[in-house]
Amino acid sequence: MTDSTLLHASVCHLRQLLQDRAVSSEELTQACLKQINVANEALNAVITVCPEQALDSARAADSKLAKGESKSLTGIPLLHKDIFCTRGVRTTCGSRMLEHFVPAYDATVVSKMKAEGVVMLGKCNMDEFAMGSSNETSFFGTVKNPWDLSCVPGGSSGGSAAALATGMAPLVTGTDTGGSIRQPASLCGVTGLKPTYGRVSRLGIIAFASSLDQAGPMARTAEDCALALTAMAGMDDGDSTSANLPVPDFHGALNPNLQGLRIGLPREYFNDDLNADVRARVMAALSELEKAGASLIDIDLPHSHYAIATYYVIAPAEASANLARYDGVRFGYRCEQPSDLEDLYLRSRSEGFGEEVQRRILVGTYALSAGFYDAYFNKAQQVRRVITEDFRRAFEQVDVIAGPSAPGVAFPFGAKQQDPIAMYMEDIYTLAVNLAGLPGLSTPAGLINGMPVGLQLIGKPFDEQTILNAAHRLQMDTDWHSARPNLETIAS
Amino acid sequence: MSVSPQDVEKVALLARLTISESDLPEVTERFARVLGLVDELNTIDTQDVVPMSNPHDMEQRLRPDAVTRSNEREALMASAPSQEQGYFLVPKVID
Repeated sequence: MTDSTLLHASVCHLRQLLQDRAVSSEELTQACLKQINVANEALNAVITVCPEQALDSARAADSKLAKGESKSLTGIPLLHKDIFCTRGVRTTCGSRMLEHFVPAYDATVVSKMKAEGVVMLGKCNMDEFAMGSSNETSFFGTVKNPWDLSCVPGGSSGGSAAALATGMAPLVTGTDTGGSIRQPASLCGVTGLKPTYGRVSRLGIIAFASSLDQAGPMARTAEDCALALTAMAGMDDGDSTSANLPVPDFHGALNPNLQGLRIGLPREYFNDDLNADVRARVMAALSELEKAGASLIDIDLPHSHYAIATYYVIAPAEASANLARYDGVRFGYRCEQPSDLEDLYLRSRSEGFGEEVQRRILVGTYALSAGFYDAYFNKAQQVRRVITEDFRRAFEQVDVIAGPSAPGVAFPFGAKQQDPIAMYMEDIYTLAVNLAGLPGLSTPAGLINGMPVGLQLIGKPFDEQTILNAAHRLQMDTDWHSARPNLETIAS
Repeated sequence: MSVSPQDVEKVALLARLTISESDLPEVTERFARVLGLVDELNTIDTQDVVPMSNPHDMEQRLRPDAVTRSNEREALMASAPSQEQGYFLVPKVID
């Protein structure tokens, strides 16, 4: 078994190899740690690596495997986005504010996946507090896109996507508040799933916008995402918004038969604004699904246009409330030599938060302030319902809604950094899904001039299964998900 | 809606952020652009639409008020930037 074969195998394949004792978790973990060592200098995808802890868990996994006591992910190496609290392991959220923060507890996602036997290798780079679509807002430096080192990997889960695409780990976690799993998955050529709001517990995920945040898996295949979702999901007493619903065996229930599946194509996504090359790739992927038995139906989501404006009131408003906790007193960054308490608050926050985070706090504070609450926050919550109703009506006609994951391929560093609005447009096809709380995934749909593009599939609430089925079928019939960046250029 | 640098300074104070004099024009300009983007909401009629704060209109689930974890005061206090004898230290508030 060569390292290269191991590093690009799917979780499902690795699981079989581990079960068959063809490879040990320790060997696999060593191979991943070595790959992080080789590739991270060029990519900056990982903020913290925990080699000793990882090798200890790998050996423990090997002894479980030997005794036949394995769980669904026993011995599988994994990297967590650095937004998940990990007991005893620094959790920065990509911010100077939390540069030295070591949580006293594990996020529910972390403890659930640990219980399923994963081996945590470390923590992935991300946009600061998950606010960004390019990974350029991270205090720990930008992540490079492995397909072209002069381009962004997308964001905010850009470190996770880049690490996965380069074999640093076969499985990574992300969070998605407005597209932060799906857009980087699209730009790095991997599969990423944002589950339904409430499917996965938010306990221990550093909060950005609490009514939109949702954690999910990113992997090389839809099959792997199905396996990982079952491991992550479920009701949690520690998160009152986690749904009290049974968690299906998404992997066991995968069904590639798409006969009769109705896929809706919103006219508002496939309009003249859609980049022609992206349209061609997305349509090529959809015609594969059509060949597999699905029917494509034009639908309307008439208020799609308002998603960006709605999102950029609600998300900053919730963020401004959530980020009020960083006061320089109880945890996180504190400024030097504060002259009084007010100075301590003001400077700790202004020095600890980066520019984009401060901009969103300002916008959110404004939208919630006396005299503007009705005009902004209340209004945005009303439009949120209108947008959600559009989806509900559309799902009376179709089972899945399809579109692009992002408006284009990865763009060069700095291209959109000076203009917040241009950056916000990166999530034009993903934001509405968070507003409506729906599940959405991005699966590779081929390359444009050597750079990956994703197809987005959106499902009904709590129907992750149907979008996983469709993506799985697409991955059976095409090999777009197997395309890999040239790693030699990265290591050299 | 137009925004003045003074408006931005006022919001910054509410949010406990400071903006340097030299950054203020650019922060104001970018802030105004974001507000311009969201002003688009005024072009849609939402009379009688009930605001949506949770995507599934879920009811708040309550649990019994019971102790479920042991006291981890020391572990949690360890994250404090400055502390003494189990208290958070801040600059003198009362003379």
